[in-house]
Amino acid sequence: MSTPETGDVAMTTPKADDILRVEHISKRYGAVTALVDVNLRLGRGEVLGLIGDNGAGKSTLIKIICGFQPPTSGRILLNGEEVHLTSVTQARSLGIDVVYQDLALIPQLTVYQNMFLNREQVRWPLLRNRSMRKAAKEQIDAIGITTLKSVDLEVASLSGGQRQAIAVARSVYSDAKVLLLDEPLAAMGVKEGAAILDLVRGLKDRGISIIMIAHNYGQVLEVCDRVNLLQGGKITFDKYRQDTSLEELTEMVVSEYRKALEDRHRSASGTITGS
Amino acid sequence: MSDVSETAERSPETFGTAPDQRRNGSSVLSRAATMFLKQREASVLAIAVILFIYFATTTTAFVSHGSIVNIAQFMAPYVVIGIGLVLLMVCGEIDLSVGFVWMLSPYVMHFFVDSGIPTFLAIVITILLLAVVIGGINGVVTTVFGVPSLITTLGSGYIIFGYALTISSAQQINLPPESLGLGRWFGGAPWSEIIWATVLVVIFQIILTRTRWGLYTVSVGGNLLGARESGIRVNRIKIGNFMMCAGLGALAGILEAFKNNIIDPSAGQLAVVLYALAGVVIGGTAMLGGSGTMIGLWLGVLVLAILQDGFNLRGISSNKFQIILGAAILLAMIANTYLTRLRSAGRLQSKA
Ligand SMILES: Nc1ncnc2c1ncn2[C@@H]1O[C@H](COP(=O)(O)OP(=O)(O)OP(=O)(O)O)[C@@H](O)[C@H]1O
Ligand SMILES: [Mg+2]
Repeated sequence: MSTPETGDVAMTTPKADDILRVEHISKRYGAVTALVDVNLRLGRGEVLGLIGDNGAGKSTLIKIICGFQPPTSGRILLNGEEVHLTSVTQARSLGIDVVYQDLALIPQLTVYQNMFLNREQVRWPLLRNRSMRKAAKEQIDAIGITTLKSVDLEVASLSGGQRQAIAVARSVYSDAKVLLLDEPLAAMGVKEGAAILDLVRGLKDRGISIIMIAHNYGQVLEVCDRVNLLQGGKITFDKYRQDTSLEELTEMVVSEYRKALEDRHRSASGTITGS
Repeated sequence: MSDVSETAERSPETFGTAPDQRRNGSSVLSRAATMFLKQREASVLAIAVILFIYFATTTTAFVSHGSIVNIAQFMAPYVVIGIGLVLLMVCGEIDLSVGFVWMLSPYVMHFFVDSGIPTFLAIVITILLLAVVIGGINGVVTTVFGVPSLITTLGSGYIIFGYALTISSAQQINLPPESLGLGRWFGGAPWSEIIWATVLVVIFQIILTRTRWGLYTVSVGGNLLGARESGIRVNRIKIGNFMMCAGLGALAGILEAFKNNIIDPSAGQLAVVLYALAGVVIGGTAMLGGSGTMIGLWLGVLVLAILQDGFNLRGISSNKFQIILGAAILLAMIANTYLTRLRSAGRLQSKA
């Protein structure tokens, strides 16, 4: 079993054709250190599940890989070559796309306007609204979002799950090679969640490499080829699905929790005896 | 933005609910009413029409050439700066300095004409210069230094105010005689200023609803972080809108100078900004960003102009008029909120 304090955690062996590699990434927000020394790899056509506690730094890592924010240090290799990501738009042009945890939808815009935000079809100077609306409708039908009445509704009027489906749909149709999904199942009902998992499998079949964050380990094991745990700003666990189990993942996190409790208990009683 | 297609999507249902003749007639009416109410501009248009009918039937000379020209001339400059204010409010900012740009710009134009630049070019240079310098400073201070735009433009407004007073010695000056011919096109002729205002409203309504710039302006005001996460360069959008607002302020100042045939240090200033803001919010632009309308602005300022003209013709003193103006702003806003609520209720109903 891996221990969080070691640097020499058992890791899966890198492959020559890994599509993405993240090396020694750290990220500080002023006094807060979100990531200490993250090393992570993503195989070609692989679905990687990224798990970790609230505040572990999962979203921070995703936002670095998608070009939204620069790391404090470390580097990113895409297809074996170092890339300097300067913006979301540039990362997207390199084939990296993302579904943010907060979804990044604009409530006052319609569904189709959101789906094409910053990738509009334009016949200068006007937007090609009709053609975007048609394409959005087709995409939504194709991925099976059936509860949505119209792509002309304002996003403000949709349910949380519908919004999430739209955020996923717009990244799915972006011809990305690497797709980052930050808790794409958070607001989903059972049926909708299953549909998104199907979608993830379909994307994998199309050869897209995916990093998916989720808190439900059952769902993670259902679609992911490999699981990484982010803990204390580092990857402390990295195993293929066949080498791990729901029990192991749960036990690992729960024991971590117990240890933290004991630590707190010990230091609390220590303070009392000391004073 | 979504009106056309939502209506299209709704029509089959409406036909479906009209099996017999009698209900058919009323459903056409109610459909027309729903369609009307669905427009954000509907409530303010209704208010303008009601006020117009009220004054037309109760006040002599309200529907006369002189009175209509008066309304048109009165509203035009507020519409022009209101366009800039709508752009900024949609992206979540405000500009109090635009009234001082209005005050300064004819002096700057005069300076360029004096230096031997032809009038048309002088006007263009003045507008571009003030747009880039003042709008640019407002935008950069707000976005890069994170100063709330209310404060930024309060500060820059005072600076421009002091600068304009200094270079003009707080004196009126006459327009350069060689500019007066072209000046007819820039506010000198009775209808020219309202034509400018109206054409600009149409252009900017299209920009706001049908172009990438407008889409990004709404996005920035609707969800700043989301816009940034989507890869929109939000500071660029805001700075650009500050520039457009300042440029429109400069144009308004020049139009007013030619209309009044004098360059006057008491023109513009904070009062015109507040007046235009009244038109903006009566017209249905959200205070909190993310949505706005140029056509609503035009109508909102029209409401103010009708009130001004109507009560003026009825001999109400301009002192008392302030009370009426304040009450009108409050009433129009209450009506607006109420109708908006009705509108969204209607939408929910039709979806069910
Ligand atoms: N913009 C920011 N400014 C300052 N601190 C931040 C910022 N974003 C994240 N943090 C901090 O970085 C740490 C990691 O946050 P992050 O959002 O990456 O966690 P997470 O693993 O995604 O958690 P969750 O499961 O709750 O989504 C937290 O302590 C958070 O407070
Ligand atoms: Mg997160």
